[in-house]
Amino acid sequence: MAAIDQTIEIGDLRKPWYQRFFETARHQPLGTAGGLVVVIMILAAVFANFVSPYDPEVASWKHQLLPPDAKFWFGTDAFGRDILTRIIYGSRTALFVGFTAAFVGATSGLILGVASAYFGGRFDIIIQRLVDIVMAFPLIVLALAVVATLGAGTVNVIIAITIPFIPQCARVVRSSALAIREIPYIDAARALGYGHLRIIMRHMVPNVMAPYLIMLTTFVGHAILLEASLSYLGMGVQEPTPAWGLMLQGGAEEFAESAPWVPIFPGLAITLAVFGFNLFGDALRDVLDPRLRSR
Amino acid sequence: MLPTLLGAAILVFFLLRAIPGDVCEVRLAGSGLYVDEAEIELCREKLGLTKPLFVQFVDFVTGYFRWDLGDSMWTGKPVTEEIAVRFPLSLQVAIMATVVAVLFAIPLGAISAIKQDTWIDYVVRSFSIAGIAMPSFWLGILIILGLLIGTQHFFGTPWMPPITYVPLYEDPLRNLSQLIWPAVATGYRYSAVATRMTRSALLEVLREDYIRTARAKGMIEKIIINRHALKNAMLPVLTIIGIEFAFLMGGLVVTEQVFNLNGIGKLFVESVQAQDFAMTQQLVMLVVLIAVLTNFVVDLFYAWLDPRIRYG
Repeated sequence: MAAIDQTIEIGDLRKPWYQRFFETARHQPLGTAGGLVVVIMILAAVFANFVSPYDPEVASWKHQLLPPDAKFWFGTDAFGRDILTRIIYGSRTALFVGFTAAFVGATSGLILGVASAYFGGRFDIIIQRLVDIVMAFPLIVLALAVVATLGAGTVNVIIAITIPFIPQCARVVRSSALAIREIPYIDAARALGYGHLRIIMRHMVPNVMAPYLIMLTTFVGHAILLEASLSYLGMGVQEPTPAWGLMLQGGAEEFAESAPWVPIFPGLAITLAVFGFNLFGDALRDVLDPRLRSR
Repeated sequence: MLPTLLGAAILVFFLLRAIPGDVCEVRLAGSGLYVDEAEIELCREKLGLTKPLFVQFVDFVTGYFRWDLGDSMWTGKPVTEEIAVRFPLSLQVAIMATVVAVLFAIPLGAISAIKQDTWIDYVVRSFSIAGIAMPSFWLGILIILGLLIGTQHFFGTPWMPPITYVPLYEDPLRNLSQLIWPAVATGYRYSAVATRMTRSALLEVLREDYIRTARAKGMIEKIIINRHALKNAMLPVLTIIGIEFAFLMGGLVVTEQVFNLNGIGKLFVESVQAQDFAMTQQLVMLVVLIAVLTNFVVDLFYAWLDPRIRYG
């Protein structure tokens, strides 16, 4: 049963790519849904200027706290700004922070993890102790500590989110890389006189792409969540940049009776985005690495 | 354990001091008024910020042996006192969230695994995927919204959970009516993670040969699940519960803000904003200590659950 599943999911390499794509999609309905959310989000972020009806930063005292109607689909906030517009523009911030932090964090972790496994010995021990130390910090505490030193702002938030990702990815990649290091072709490469850098980059890194890509997609979801939390606390992205966490600031008490739509829609956007990336990441794991499949 | 703690101490100490700005600047110059440079210097001198970094660091570390964790640079009160006032609240929320999580996660995960690929499984899985995606502070906001609108609708007057903290032993009802909401808000995500882990671990165990043997000799299914399968599936679940408990302290940072609770998390945010080094570093160390201790306790539980594991 499992063997049959795998051949179908990975696809018959003789078929054209689009056919394989649709077959994979049919066997991963949840992952496809997640991928769809991701694609929609990317499109919204790229074409924010064209799809959003209003300007995200211009306040209008005439339209304060209007309930959702045909003109303002998701209503307006306390500054009279259209919430739908700010959510669409907010996807730019979320994706920018999410992708940058995830990519830099996962890639640094990839290189560190592979190097740690390849060199072994004292280098490995030192790297692993450092990883232990950083991983003892809860994610948001570490991110807050970094923001405390650097100050708030979009770039600093990205740095704050990236740092906790590095050891997590390094740990996972290292365990895969350890297995690859034992395969004879690495010895063969050494015997041929290749340099360390070449062996790491050309012979080891491509073979740990599966765990790397899986970590990368889950990190994007985590990063979006973390950015929202930091912005909500007032230590992330600053006004007037539209960001989902920022839109939830002020919380429920202020708007509960007067304008419940103010906190509801941005939260929904965060949930949907993270949901999409998680489902997509799960499906990617199933396709790339059937051993890790969560049955 | 100790190397990790020392490493964390070094990391947080130098991280905090790496960048210009300190509590004196925030306090005196933060208001935007003109402040004499000498006055800021005097404030720094008083707080010991002008001492060489190495001396400050030795002070910080040796403080643990003298049980002197320093004074808050913002309020001037001892750090231990400030933490002691707030710690019971955060700990109670964390424990309640764990209880909520475990109570939901293990039965739900088990049912989902036993009834794999039925509608029950799909409901449980959607419940847990949603829990992982939903930010706990948004859930908190929704809970408050629901409470306010719900009580307004049914009783005519909106009701909010009490703001001031009362210890559990003084007034259990009041205490619980305040803290159950944040516990649910943080516990949902927690239970979602643990449910997924229970499900996949149990599915793995149910495919083992000894389960087939147990079935073949005609054992009652309930006993197979409870005694043979679930107990062996608990190891990874326990790990995830331990990891999440340590991370809960982090999760509380945001939840306490939402529910306006005066706990460790709120103190942490405030001390970060005020650049109160003394307070921030001790709070970070406290959280790291909890994480390290939790890992230790989880390791002990391993040996109890799985007799094959022995620590020499």
